[in-house]
Formats: sequence, C-alpha cells, structure tokens
Amino acid sequence: MGARQHISANVNGDPVEFLAEPGTTLLDALRDELGLTGSKEGCGSGDCGACSVTLDGRLVCSCLVLAVEAQGRRITTIEGMADGGTLHPLQQKFLEHAALQCGFCTPGILVAAKALLDVNPDPTEVEARYWLAGNLCRCTGYDKVIRAVMDAAADLRQERV
Amino acid sequence: MSDVIDRPAAKAQFKVVGTRPVRPDGADKVTGKAAYGADLMLPGMLTGKIKRSPHAHARIIAIDTKKARALAGVKAVITAADFPDLASEEMAGGESAANVRDIALNCMARNAALYEGHAVAAVAATSASIADEALALIEVTYEVLPHVIDVEAAMAPGAPLLHADIFTKGVEPAPTTPSNIAHRHDLTRGDVNAGFAEADAIAEGRYTTAAVHQGYIEPHACVATFGADGQCQVWSASQGHFAVRTLCAKILGLDTSDIRVTPAEIGGGFGGKTTVYLEPLALALSRQCGAPVRMVMARDEVFRATGPTSGAVIEVKLGARRDGTITAGQIVLKYQAGAFPGSPVHPGVMTALACYDIPNFTITGYDVVTNSPKVTAYRAPGAPISAFGVESAVDDLALKLGMDPIALREKNAVRDGMKAAYGPTFRNIGYVETLEAIRDHPHYQAPLGPNQGRGVAVGFWFNIGGDSTAAVQITDDGAAVVATGNPDIGGSRASMAMMAAEVLGLPIEKVRPIVADTASIGYSMLTGGSRTTFATGMAVTQAAQQIVTDLKRRAAQIWEVAVDQVEWLDGAAVCRDPAKGELTLAALAAKSGETGGPIGAQVSLNAQGAGPGFGAHICDVEVDPETGGVTILRYTAAQDVGRAIHPAYVEGQVQGGVAQGIGWALNEEYIFDTDGKMENAGFLDYRVPVASDLPMIDTILVEVANPRHPFGAKGVGEVPIVPPLGAVANAVRAAIGVRMTDLPLSPPKIRAAIDGR
Repeated sequence: MGARQHISANVNGDPVEFLAEPGTTLLDALRDELGLTGSKEGCGSGDCGACSVTLDGRLVCSCLVLAVEAQGRRITTIEGMADGGTLHPLQQKFLEHAALQCGFCTPGILVAAKALLDVNPDPTEVEARYWLAGNLCRCTGYDKVIRAVMDAAADLRQERV
Repeated sequence: MSDVIDRPAAKAQFKVVGTRPVRPDGADKVTGKAAYGADLMLPGMLTGKIKRSPHAHARIIAIDTKKARALAGVKAVITAADFPDLASEEMAGGESAANVRDIALNCMARNAALYEGHAVAAVAATSASIADEALALIEVTYEVLPHVIDVEAAMAPGAPLLHADIFTKGVEPAPTTPSNIAHRHDLTRGDVNAGFAEADAIAEGRYTTAAVHQGYIEPHACVATFGADGQCQVWSASQGHFAVRTLCAKILGLDTSDIRVTPAEIGGGFGGKTTVYLEPLALALSRQCGAPVRMVMARDEVFRATGPTSGAVIEVKLGARRDGTITAGQIVLKYQAGAFPGSPVHPGVMTALACYDIPNFTITGYDVVTNSPKVTAYRAPGAPISAFGVESAVDDLALKLGMDPIALREKNAVRDGMKAAYGPTFRNIGYVETLEAIRDHPHYQAPLGPNQGRGVAVGFWFNIGGDSTAAVQITDDGAAVVATGNPDIGGSRASMAMMAAEVLGLPIEKVRPIVADTASIGYSMLTGGSRTTFATGMAVTQAAQQIVTDLKRRAAQIWEVAVDQVEWLDGAAVCRDPAKGELTLAALAAKSGETGGPIGAQVSLNAQGAGPGFGAHICDVEVDPETGGVTILRYTAAQDVGRAIHPAYVEGQVQGGVAQGIGWALNEEYIFDTDGKMENAGFLDYRVPVASDLPMIDTILVEVANPRHPFGAKGVGEVPIVPPLGAVANAVRAAIGVRMTDLPLSPPKIRAAIDGR
C-alpha cells in the first residue's frame, strides 16, 4: 500500500477526479471510486474481457491498466454506450437476438464489439469471432452473440449510407 | 440456423408462448446497470478475504491470528473456532442430498485442510490491501500429510485416507475399515452373462475424463450484515437464495427466520452456485465487527476452492447381435468427489443407459473422496461422464456391426411405455424424434474432406420439478407483476412473464417479473435441475389462472349476472349477453375496491411430472495432422424440449451446453503438480472455448408437449451438455481412425495417436 494519488480523467465524456493507491487497477477505480460497476471482474488477469473499456479509443482490459495511468486520458465504459435513453444498435441487437443469458460478460462484449465496428464496419464472421476471442462467455456458445454483432454492423452500415 | 419441429395441432395455439420477445430484464443487462454479487455497496462496508491452505492435505496444528488482529484497519478475524462444530446431517438439496457438516467444513477447515485452497481463516478490513496484509500475518502451523487425487489411486488399499469415518455405503456386509470410497451404487437388470453370450459383437473400452470447472464468468460474491439484534441480511449471487438462508442458519447456528437473503443478479452458475462458500464467513465476520462485509473471490480462488465436477474412470462393455440389437451392457464408473463425499456418480449410473432399451446390464458406481476441491453440481451432474464412455462404445459397436450410428441408436432406442434403465416407465418422450431429426438434417449428408470426421452421440437428463412459489399481482392500471423465488440465470424472467401474459391475455410488456427475496415470497427450491420454467412456471400459470377465475367473478358481480355467463378473452371479461359489452383488466382493476379488494394470487406447489429430456447431436471436426489440433467444423443438436416457451432462450441453452461440452472434450482440465497443487488456476491456462474456437451451433427443437405442464414445457438446460463429449470423440475417431479414450483430446494426445497409427 502506498499514499493515494489524485487522478483527473475523462470518463464517458465527463471530467472525473478520484484517489487511487499506486497498485489499484483502473477497473477497481471505475467500480469502487466512480461507482461504474458495469465493467466486471471475471479474472483480474486480462483473460476474460469482462472489464473491457476503451482508453483514448483503444480497447483494453481495465484490470490490466493501473488507475494512475488514466491521468489525463479518455475512458469509455459500457455506461457510456447508450445515447441517453436510446440504446446503441449493438445493445438493441443483443436484446433482439437473445445474445445474453446471465449477462455478466455482456458489457465487456458490447464494448469490444463496438471497438470492432469502429475500426471495421463490415467484419466477416471469422473476423468478429477472432476480435471477440478475448471475451469469454460461458452461457451462449457465442452463436447469438456473433449474429447480433453482424446484424448490428449491417444496421450501422445502413445508417451511414 | 434453427428449426422447430412440433405437432401441427399445437401451432398458433398460443399468442405469447412460443414467441421471441425482448427479455424484461434486458435493458439493464446491456447498459451495465444490472447489479451482480460484487456490485453492491453498503455504507461502512468492509472487505473480507480468505486465508487458504497451500497444502493438498495437512493437519492443522495451530492458527495464530494475533498479529493480524493487531494490524490497523483489521476489524474481524475468524477461524473454524467461530462456528459450531456440527454433527453429520443430510439435507435435501437441489438435485442431490448434501451433508451440512461437510458444507460447513468445506467453507472453513477445522482440523484438517483437505485440498489446496481449503479455507482456514478469514479477515475483514477497511480496505482490500489491508485485508491482504492481514492474511499474510496469520500464522498457520501444518503437519503436511500424504495426499491422493487420482480416483483409482484413492480407491487402492493403503491410499492416504481423507476421513477416518468413511465406511463404504451400499456394500453388504458393511466394511469395518474406513476407506476413500464413500458410496457404491449398483443398478442391474436381467442376466448380463446370458446377454453377452447372445452377442455377436462386443465393444469395450476404458475411458477417462478430467475434472472440469463450471467456469461461470462471475466469481462468487456476497455482502452480509449481522445486526446488533441478530437480524441478518445477505445479498449474494446464488442459484438459490432459500438454500443460502438455510445453509447459513445451520452453519452459524442461527434461526432461519433471522436471515433474509436477497438474490443479486447471477453471472452464471451451471450448478456451481448451488451451495455456499462465502456467505457464512461474511456473516461471521460481520457478527464479530458489526459492519457489513463484502467478499468476492478472485478467479484462482474460484478454481481452487469451488466447483468442479469429477474426474473419472469409465469402463464400458456392450454386446449386440448381428442385427444391431444390444443384448448386454456392463459399466463401472469411478468418480472423484473431491474432499467430501457426494460426486455425481449416482446420476451417472442412472443415466448411463437411459437412452437404450437393454435387457441385461450391470452398472456399478463408486463415489471416491480425493484431495481436490469438493465437487459441485455441473449441468446434468454426472451424466456427460458416463455418456462419454457409453457413446464411445456404441460408436465402436456400430463400426463392428457395419451399421449407421443413428440407425443403431434408433434400433435400441427407448420409447413410450418402456421401463427406463433407472426404473420408471417413459411417457411422452421425444427421443426417437430427435434421432429422426438429426438423421434427416442436411448436416448428416454434408460432404467431408480429408482429415475430417463426423460423430454422433445422444444424451439424457431427468429434469426435476419440486417446490416453487409464485405471486401475481394486478396493478391499478391493469398490468401484472409476477414475483417468484427463482434467480434468473438465463432468461427465466422472460418465460415467467410470458406464461402469465398468456393466461391473463396481456401483451408481454404489461407483465413485469421480479425475483423476490426470501422474506417476500414463499419457499422455492433453487434454480437448478432444469426446473424453473417447468415448476415455477407451473406456479405462475396457476396463480394467473386463479386471478382469471376471480376476475370473471368480479365482472359477473358488476354485471349482476351468473359467473358462467362470463368468459375471459384477450385480457377482458366478456359477457354472453352482448348488451353488457366487456370489462378490460384495467377497468376491473379500477373497480377492485368495489368487488373484493386488491387483485392477486399466490400459489405454492410441489411440481410433479417434470418429464425427462433427450438430445441427439452431430459433430464434424477437422484434425490438423501436424499439430494434433481439432477444429469443430459443424455442430447440430436436436433436443426433445417439450414446448419452447421462449424458443430463442431454449436455443441459447442448447448452444451454451454444447459449447461447454466441447470445452470438456477438447481443452478443459484441472492439472495438479506432484504436491497436489493446481497448476492452471486461471482462464489463460484453463482454457474454456472462445468465440474463434466454435462454429455456429445449429439447434433443432423437437416439441413433444409435456402433458404435466400447462403449456407442455419441460426442462431444457442440462440435456445439451450430455452428448458433446461423445460426439466430439466419435468425430475425432472418424477423422484419424483411432479411438481416443482420455479427455481432454488435447493436441499432444492426438499427435501421439496419429504417430501410433
């Protein structure tokens, strides 16, 4: 344990400030200091993807990022995905396709899937499967997850036209 | 993608049942709002952590907690001395009996640590880092003992003994010396020697499976608070909050009525969250310090101290006549129980031949304690293991007889009116229909390339009913709230709401389902045994039906007609006298004060007639001869589902079960070092299937309605994990021409088999 440090960052578009021990992960800071419990800890070792967030637009496991590394940076979590009361098309497609069962891995998968569609609006099924290979889901067998992502991608391409 | 095969008369019979609405709890789960076990925070909450044994087997000589207690910020330290020393007591559980003393000793070791990771002490502190520091300051003196993990080594004479008081049950005369064999189970029919004498072909093998974990992504988590007046509250992610209440009461010596348990959202369970690990410790810590305590396991703790299911040895011998009639079967099952008795070998015995009509068989099962985590239920507990052996042997039998593997299974299939291997007579089963469904599916004729192979396997699970409670209330604007006592793991709120909507004649959006805490709804057995949609759904349906009866009475009162003049149609009372018009639910709700008060009904029942389920799967693989790696090319699963209330979630259950079965077959295993310590206690090295490992999983829902359920439903969640182990292994055999008998079918084993061809 060491002295807590003061961190200023931007989370989901809003400026935030919090204190964190040098060893505290970004995930713990999001959950315990900022009350953003949508990001989940499934493993704490970067193997399950349930804590996926973007850091300056890049997809990361927030359990592998130190809270102090967030200083001055821009973080997006699952809580920042919907536009107010309007769900993002990925969120909507996950509901329509029944692409979640317990829902625990869902926030991380949605954040990761959005990061995919941001860089590759027209992924093949194989590309989607490999992009999401870092997000474990034990309930669904991924079938409906992949269908929901592909369907959302198609809708988003349509919107762009 | 997915087919639904059902009886024509059933089509369009329902307005809501059988459709695919968005689940009522969906928005919270895609926006991160849903609160799981670790998401709850209370003012003044402390962090609880557990000190665990580094040894697989050791006597606990002494535990010195003085230094830990003296550390600033430490508020409570507990050991087994803080719990009553319970007598052995069997209690009915979800799918199997449980011994309360064993569960207590599994939560906190008393005199002996029986596996690496066994809890020996716990602390509560003002921060996680102080709690970690305190754990390091607890001094435990151990006398390390020899350990045994391999099931056959544990059965051998002279093996290190885990418990001095285990005298094998089920053996006559009762043994006079203790052993690690807790229980022997026998199931026999006919004359097995005569049966083999009739056989023209014999297939036999010795198969092994490794211990595998349920692998839910959410680690165990809870918050507990122990009031100064003895009133306790627990919030936890569990498959059964009533079971948490009962177990906490017994383990802590409290009154059940003093504990209120509120179910958090649960991040997967698959049977692994049907017992307690943290809740009694969190309550004991809170009792000591007066503050709420949150405990959350790290992933390595989940692997080392919870789950898994048994590693096992399966010996199978089958005999058949030239025409494919199976005449005899002989099966021996040896299952690891982990540190305390209670492996799922008994259901393994009962299900082993449940798909087959065989006149002569003997099945023997051994429940064997080992220095590994106490096994916990895992989806169709015990059945995938015995099915792996049987389905491999049936595949070999088909090869020897030159028969199509589906035709061989059809020839020996159980049908309505036949007596099951485990006793009862089958009624209204859809097993043959699932075999026909895969036989006729295009997958079965799809061309295969080099190094590719196709496997078929079948599986069975009982499904259960049991105690459930549901309460349905009508709101003042004519909508409904449905409360049940079953945690929603995979979309059960949707099916509960749909059944109520169907009966009440409401659109699904007008029915709001909740999962109520132990003080707010009547007793309900846990969510397990594939029972919730069947049993709790029956309670919901009956409560809604009672409300409809009451609404007709109320309408008759308003109209001043006899009640038999009133019908309930599409959410409104309609009078046979057209002049009266209709009274909608909203209109009746608005007038409820004049017709008898608030509208609602609660039903508690013990649901009978769950109806067993069958699955038939086809798997195609490609084996890379260079690496020994196996790729799943195609997978099709047909299942006898009764009636799919929400077909998308039924498909999801089937797909998820198949994925877990594929992981069991190909990748997953507990690996222990020579000291009995788990070497792969993380998701990097214990590799569950990821998205890029799997193809789309086609499902065929075979609907043969279960007459014991108002909508024909039966359990669906467990059957789909039973066939994949055999289906994958049979496909690999077809691809490489060698029978693989030891799971997981990891690349080195397959390379060795290819090299040995």
